[in-house]
Amino acid sequence: MFEIFASLKLALALMAGGDAELAAIVALSIELSLAAAVLGSILGLPLGALVAIGRFPGRRAIIVCLNALLGLPSVVVGLVVYLMLSRAGPLGSWGLLFTPGAIVAAQTLLVVPIVAALSRQAVEDAWAEYEEQLRSLGVGTARAVRTLLWDTRFSLLTVALAGFGRAASEVGAVMIVGGNIDGVTRVMTTAIALETSKGDLPLALALGIVLILVVLAVNAAAYAIREWSAKRHG
Amino acid sequence: MAERPAPLLRARDLTVVLGGVTVLDRLSVEILPGLRTVVLGANGAGKSVMLRALHGLVAPASGRIEWQGGRPPRQAMVFQRPVMLRRSALANVEYGLAVNGIEGAERERRAREAIAKVGLEAIAHRSARVLSGGEQQRLALARAWALEPAILFLDEPTSSLDPGAAFEVERIVAAIAAEGTRIVMTTHNLGQARRLADEIVFIHQGRVAEQTPADRFFADPQSQDARVFLKGELPWN
Repeated sequence: MFEIFASLKLALALMAGGDAELAAIVALSIELSLAAAVLGSILGLPLGALVAIGRFPGRRAIIVCLNALLGLPSVVVGLVVYLMLSRAGPLGSWGLLFTPGAIVAAQTLLVVPIVAALSRQAVEDAWAEYEEQLRSLGVGTARAVRTLLWDTRFSLLTVALAGFGRAASEVGAVMIVGGNIDGVTRVMTTAIALETSKGDLPLALALGIVLILVVLAVNAAAYAIREWSAKRHG
Repeated sequence: MAERPAPLLRARDLTVVLGGVTVLDRLSVEILPGLRTVVLGANGAGKSVMLRALHGLVAPASGRIEWQGGRPPRQAMVFQRPVMLRRSALANVEYGLAVNGIEGAERERRAREAIAKVGLEAIAHRSARVLSGGEQQRLALARAWALEPAILFLDEPTSSLDPGAAFEVERIVAAIAAEGTRIVMTTHNLGQARRLADEIVFIHQGRVAEQTPADRFFADPQSQDARVFLKGELPWN
């Protein structure tokens, strides 16, 4: 018990003192997770909207694949990305393996299904309300997708934040494709895993606390956006 | 007898089946130019579905809809519950214009004009979804009006409004008609039907039971079903 408190005290000291190693890991984590959330949203939001309102061959197959990807263990996603990016793999020539780019690729793959599934729900609800009016005005599918994405923009911002949360809390895939290289691909989650196994609890604990704070802040932001938009825009 | 003008719209033997239920049963109707038509009938008679079928929102299982000139003209519909996009009142009107290929300065001019005509200039920049029900319905009318449609369908546009807001909607509908747009409207409010209608289309069990000039309909309905309906709606008769 004493050890935990001692570690906690050291962890707080690290955070308060602005420890350089801690700060670098946190900054890299947030940067990569943001990139993955943005990329995942660019791909996932239109996909979700299209599946929500489109009626085209292959729609069901896409829904099944997206739902399957939601439940896929992230280490498997990591393994697939690893195989794609390894020297012998089809994208080996890009030289991305064990770089931050590889981490973003793996995280993006994990973010897309979440963003697509959540945005599909939001857009489907809006479509139920809007369909007759939009069809009456003569709106085609492409424009309807754009209109619905814009009109659900506050819900979708929280969807994107959920994607960020998923990316930031990811361990397995990031470990496999990033390699947890000190100063290059070491992010909060992989650092926690490593430091814990090394017995350096203060740094692990400090990172854990920061991670919890980041996730809390993201959720608080999502909540605040919802409240504000409901009041402002109905 | 004066020569009959060619109908703007002619529906022949329209049958619409929704969820296994035959809602329109070989319905035929002619919409002549220049009149305001109010569609009456009991709940479930098929009034709303007829409007949607004529407007092209519901595909008939069989039957034909023929427009004067062979092609549907510009048309619009106002629904019982207005659907407002999550943007300003003015932007809602501009959206409808943009979808119909009207861009730039012309779009803004027409949108502002329509907003002014329904008396919403003061709140043109407010978010449409926080407006009151009556304001939203007026905005829906402005959105339709700005398109300068040849025909405007209205599906019980005042049924969820208080009398003041409903009266305002009636005034706007009359003004739209006065500018040459053909009005086809359903309502449950017989007073409103009397005020607005030039002719009544009475629907019973998915078919047109009668299509009669309004004054004659209320004084002396031609069909037994309409007589029963009017007796039920106006128990003091």
